[in-house]
Amino acid sequence: MALLEVNNLCISFGGLRAVDDFNLRIEKGELYGLIGPNGAGKTTVFNLLTGVYKPNEGIIRLDGEDITRKSTTEINHEGIARTFQNIRLFKNMSVLDNVKVGLTERFKYSTIEGIFHLGKYKKVEKEMDEEALRLLSVFGLEEEKDTLASNLPYGKQRKLEIARAMATSPKLLLLDEPAAGMNPNETQELMETIALVRKKFNMTILLIEHDMKLVSGICEKLTVLNFGRVLCQGETREVLTHPDVVKAYLGE
Amino acid sequence: MSSFLTYLISGLSLGSIYAIIALGYTMVYGIAKMLNFAHGDFIMVGCYIIFSVSGALSGNSFIGIIAAIILCTLLGITTEFVAYRPLRGAASPLAVLITAIGVSYFLENVALLIFGADIKSFSSVVKWEGLSFADGQLRIQGVTIVTIAISLIVLVGLQLFIKKTKQGQAMLAVAEDKGAAALMGINVNRTIMITFAIGSALAAIAGALLCSAYPSLSPYTGAMPGIKAFVAAVLGGIGSIPGAMIGGLVLGIVEILSKTYISSQLSDAIVFGILVIVLLVRPTGILGKVIQEKV
Repeated sequence: MALLEVNNLCISFGGLRAVDDFNLRIEKGELYGLIGPNGAGKTTVFNLLTGVYKPNEGIIRLDGEDITRKSTTEINHEGIARTFQNIRLFKNMSVLDNVKVGLTERFKYSTIEGIFHLGKYKKVEKEMDEEALRLLSVFGLEEEKDTLASNLPYGKQRKLEIARAMATSPKLLLLDEPAAGMNPNETQELMETIALVRKKFNMTILLIEHDMKLVSGICEKLTVLNFGRVLCQGETREVLTHPDVVKAYLGE
Repeated sequence: MSSFLTYLISGLSLGSIYAIIALGYTMVYGIAKMLNFAHGDFIMVGCYIIFSVSGALSGNSFIGIIAAIILCTLLGITTEFVAYRPLRGAASPLAVLITAIGVSYFLENVALLIFGADIKSFSSVVKWEGLSFADGQLRIQGVTIVTIAISLIVLVGLQLFIKKTKQGQAMLAVAEDKGAAALMGINVNRTIMITFAIGSALAAIAGALLCSAYPSLSPYTGAMPGIKAFVAAVLGGIGSIPGAMIGGLVLGIVEILSKTYISSQLSDAIVFGILVIVLLVRPTGILGKVIQEKV
């Protein structure tokens, strides 16, 4: 059974069919790329998968379960976490606290215990700190744990966003243009980080990317979107040499 | 000199009450991004609950206060659920603002229906006589000391809650970016509900202190302190918790001193005048963040 199965997904905004008859199958452990020209509907697909938009038609299954009509929070609890094209960290919070926000759902104590610092409060907060630090060290951010997120350099903000998403212990990680705005060195480092996340957490990843070097370097399979429709789907090497794809990217 | 000190202390006491109310205002604004104009009326509801419960229990105000805190918390949660949550997605933020004014009138009129318009005399929940200094020249009432102490406890407790607990962190995350918080698994509705619950519990506490210091209770008791506390929250920088505290204290002291030394009729005009001046100089309030628009 595929981890993520999307069938016949459609959404329109006014008269515009932003995504039309979109299908996708991602097996557990795969690193899958979603590419396409600007405005092809890639981020819209991410917004549909995470419940930000509700589709007009179609069905999304995660691990066999229908999550199509669930709220963003519920979908996160089911196991989809994401990053954003324009970084959306909690800027006024520390690096550690950003990750701890991601941990909130897994570690429980009641509000009353929180207000009066009673009961499980101390123990659970300590466990959260340890877990958050463990995650930060995977991403090489433990030194910056008390830094405000907005004061991190750009590349590290991208990493922190991945760390925060991983804190929600997802089954599927969605990365929206993780290399946007990065120089070649940072992109190289990012590719290593993605490979590390995949190996260490045995993570299934779907990423949107423009950087063809990154895509061809790490993705096993690709889906190419153009004008909201799937242009081509399959193994990376075959897709990138497909005449339709070459035409869409380079023109005739 | 000692009379000035007495006035200053009673200003601090009034300011502390404003501060507790303003903390509720500012918290709800900071996290849910809405002005709960019914907040002042929660105070009045809290006072009537204490009045009724203590009356029924022949003056046991402690149980009255606990009942008021619990019932006001439930009232806050219910109001949020029934009146504000359905409007959260509304296109204009004015919809929820108008609704809040509606809730305010609703609560006042329900109180009018149940308790009538006549002013009830409220017996102070603080029985302690207070302290006396310099051979009785300077007397500080028990309720004054208790009020100032409670406002400090509330301030510190609230800061600790927000900075050091997962619910508090969730509030900060929702305050910054509701969408991103939801995508990270934060239950935004529950977080906003907790915010309202805490804000309303604070209103009940403020009510107990307000009616103990100024022992007359009517359906409109909460209205003016509510507006003053809103002014305090704006003065201090709305959304900022220490700001609400400072704003409340400044407002209370200015109000009492201008009542004493200038004119008791003009004191409100002076209070609101100060708001206008501060906002002209610092539009984001005393502790509010100056947001620089990036071009």
